[in-house]
Amino acid sequence: MNPRPPTTPPFPDGANAEPVLEIAGLAYAYPDGHRALSGVDLRIGRGERVALLGPNGAGKTTLVLHLNGIIEAVAGSVRVGGLAVEKANLAEIRRRVGVVFQDPDDQLFMGTVRADVAFGPRNLGVRGAELETRVMQALDQVGMADFADRPPHHLSFGQRRRVAVATVLAMEPEILVLDEPSSNLDPASRRELADVLRALDVTVLMVTHDLPYALELCPRAVVLGEGRVVVDGPTVDVLTDEASMRAHRLELPVGFDPRVVRPNG
Amino acid sequence: MGAAHGHLFHFHAHSPLHRAPAHLKLLALLAFTLTVVATPRGLWWAYAGYALVLASVIALSRVPARYLAPRMLVETPFVVFALLMPVLGHGPFVEIAGLTLSEPGIEAGAALITKGTLGVLASLTFAATTTSTQIIDALARLRVPSLLVEIMSFMLRYLEVVLTEYGRMLIAMRSRGCEPRNPRHWPALARSLGALFIRCYERGERVHVAMLSRGYTGAQSGRMPS
Repeated sequence: MNPRPPTTPPFPDGANAEPVLEIAGLAYAYPDGHRALSGVDLRIGRGERVALLGPNGAGKTTLVLHLNGIIEAVAGSVRVGGLAVEKANLAEIRRRVGVVFQDPDDQLFMGTVRADVAFGPRNLGVRGAELETRVMQALDQVGMADFADRPPHHLSFGQRRRVAVATVLAMEPEILVLDEPSSNLDPASRRELADVLRALDVTVLMVTHDLPYALELCPRAVVLGEGRVVVDGPTVDVLTDEASMRAHRLELPVGFDPRVVRPNG
Repeated sequence: MGAAHGHLFHFHAHSPLHRAPAHLKLLALLAFTLTVVATPRGLWWAYAGYALVLASVIALSRVPARYLAPRMLVETPFVVFALLMPVLGHGPFVEIAGLTLSEPGIEAGAALITKGTLGVLASLTFAATTTSTQIIDALARLRVPSLLVEIMSFMLRYLEVVLTEYGRMLIAMRSRGCEPRNPRHWPALARSLGALFIRCYERGERVHVAMLSRGYTGAQSGRMPS
């Protein structure tokens, strides 16, 4: 498989399903003139799990910050569930797009796990019994219900990462965006998080350098290079195309062969 | 480097004082401190009475004296200042053990130490019997402006994160031959504090982005009672 130009229609499953995320011609340059994105096109269908791959500096984080309007699109557009990401819709957009940031200490800032998970839904105006239900449901989904009254800084790193996922699930998002979900996790926590993510019934976009993790969890992979989508296809194909992998500075761990691993996504 | 579960001031126990509502304890502490400060110096029987009240409260709280004693060190600067007062004060002077000391200075110093010790001990008892989360909730209950309460709760939340981060920086510096105790290395230490400030500032921005991502629109969305 050769690197597909960004104009190629995306992976068939994504094109046929009702799109949750539609990015068209998205471009962005930082105030200092550095171009981070130069025409990103991407459609993600409901229920898909997509890995967003690419070397450092490819623009992955910039793209993520466009998805919920933290950075405003200069050129091109982002639509979530048909709704354009723009100032007037920001509250609804931020409900629809749940971003889990890389450092759980940035995401968990309240005194207890419960209060932290309640933060998002409270901002949406949810109160009382419904709030409590949502919080406990979200914590249940990540297997952290027993820790509701603990302060976040007393949890292990893996537990904090899972609580960070719960803080976003409590907002009942249409798409879950994870920035480096497996970074700094020990192998057991990494597997536990994978179990949690697999069990979720939600569209997932996962930014990662952890290619085996992408293969394990995401049937589809998108490679971002120099600010645009340069490869889009089934994760196994993407990871086994050696020429394209080399061209985009992607490397598998030594001895890892995607063809002999059975992805259970 | 702060231990992961280290509580700087809280002493875990089950006592009536631990169970008492935090906002009432906070009001009591405030009332007690104001009363102590407002009592004119020289009314020693009144101070004896305060000390007795405080001692019985401490006994009730089951916080051991050997827990409170080392933490009393926060008072040291005041004690130093109080000890200087007899030396620096004005006349009339008295001669004690060959030193000419100011009589009002002795009186003022003694009053400062007494009031300070009572206040510090009462605050430590409050802190030992109330978790930081309870203190924040108490402030919210007492209608302290929500923006202030929010700032305080952030400070508490990130104190440990920042201390751990600084601990890591110090270890990294030591590993490269810098000894923080050696004054010759203090310039490097100062620069590391600068770096820590920048890191905190950047973390603040990341936390803010994470908050916005979850629909935060400003302080009016408020802290939630836990």
